[in-house]
Amino acid sequence: MDSVRSSRDAGRVRLPKAIKILVAGGFGAGKTTLVGAVSEIQPLRTEETLTDRGVGVDDLSGVESKQTTTVAMDFGRITIGDAYRLYLFGTPGQERFWFLWDELALGALGAVVIADTRRLADCFPSLDYFERRQTPFVVAVNCFDGARRYDLDEVRLGLTLHPDVPVVLCDARRRESSKKVLITLVEHAMRMRLGATVAGDTTAR
Amino acid sequence: MTPSPFEEPPDTQWVGEEAGPIVRPYVLTRGRTEPTRGRFDLITLAVTIRSASPRESGLDPECLAIVRLCHQPQSVAEIAAHTNLPAGTVRVLLSDLLDQGFIVLQEPHSETDMHDERLYRAVLDGLRAL
Ligand SMILES: Nc1nc2c(ncn2[C@@H]2O[C@H](COP(=O)(O)OP(=O)(O)OP(=O)(O)O)[C@@H](O)[C@H]2O)c(=O)[nH]1
Ligand SMILES: [Mg+2]
Repeated sequence: MDSVRSSRDAGRVRLPKAIKILVAGGFGAGKTTLVGAVSEIQPLRTEETLTDRGVGVDDLSGVESKQTTTVAMDFGRITIGDAYRLYLFGTPGQERFWFLWDELALGALGAVVIADTRRLADCFPSLDYFERRQTPFVVAVNCFDGARRYDLDEVRLGLTLHPDVPVVLCDARRRESSKKVLITLVEHAMRMRLGATVAGDTTAR
Repeated sequence: MTPSPFEEPPDTQWVGEEAGPIVRPYVLTRGRTEPTRGRFDLITLAVTIRSASPRESGLDPECLAIVRLCHQPQSVAEIAAHTNLPAGTVRVLLSDLLDQGFIVLQEPHSETDMHDERLYRAVLDGLRAL
């Protein structure tokens, strides 16, 4: 391949590895806002066609009915040095999509579930999904103006969360607040996957 | 002369006002919905290793656009967003470009790589520095 300059030769190109975090929650819970607050690019939108494998197959006809659903997702990006790139996907939380989600969740570092205190139940499907799939997740309680203030224990009770699952208050519009949510998630994922001893002290090096 | 089934009908709109691409993605991929080498992730990264000139490469404008875009590494999701094509179409075009030696791909971290402590340390440092 003469036209390939040696410095860019396939074997020599060093690409960062991409990592993804899902940001889930009900309609209007603040998913896109949270992604936008920490992303280095203006959130972009993409459409993914998800194929329903197995569910909804009509046994009687003997014909496998492969259903597809198109979901739109907003996403953002954070560059982590030369080695990694973090992508955040705001994923639609409608209940009927959840069984199609494995493709998106596969390989994810973890998930943020945004709980909107005005409509707590909207995040139940997301919680069920990540619990079942054992994807590490944290619950970010988004405090909208005028919404009743809950304390975190109350939310935890309301959502019947496992005691290990972190619950944090957030204002998705603020970068510092959204950043804190992500840090809490990464620490939690690290504890879940590597054990408490390794993850015990993440600030000292 | 009957047009080949893969030719674009003369007044097919490239992009619908609101609905986005209508016919074109299917035409572009010649009806293929699966890339040649299995389906890759939305965050699989592509980077151009060989520039393509419109004349000699014989590539579609969309493929040329991808080759141009990927001089900086881009994820499947970013390419889809910037070209206004569905992610599925982008996957097919990327696998063609890979086969033709224009780009290389970098698969993301797999679920098993998620046990690498360095990854968590790096991500935490990166987030704290934001
Ligand atoms: N007060 C307050 N408003 C918020 C917060 N987060 C988001 N909002 C507002 O709530 C509205 C919906 O936020 P989005 O980020 O679009 O929500 P979403 O979850 O992406 O919505 P869909 O994608 O439509 O499901 C916007 O007008 C935001 O400005 C928050 O933490 N506090
Ligand atoms: Mg949104």
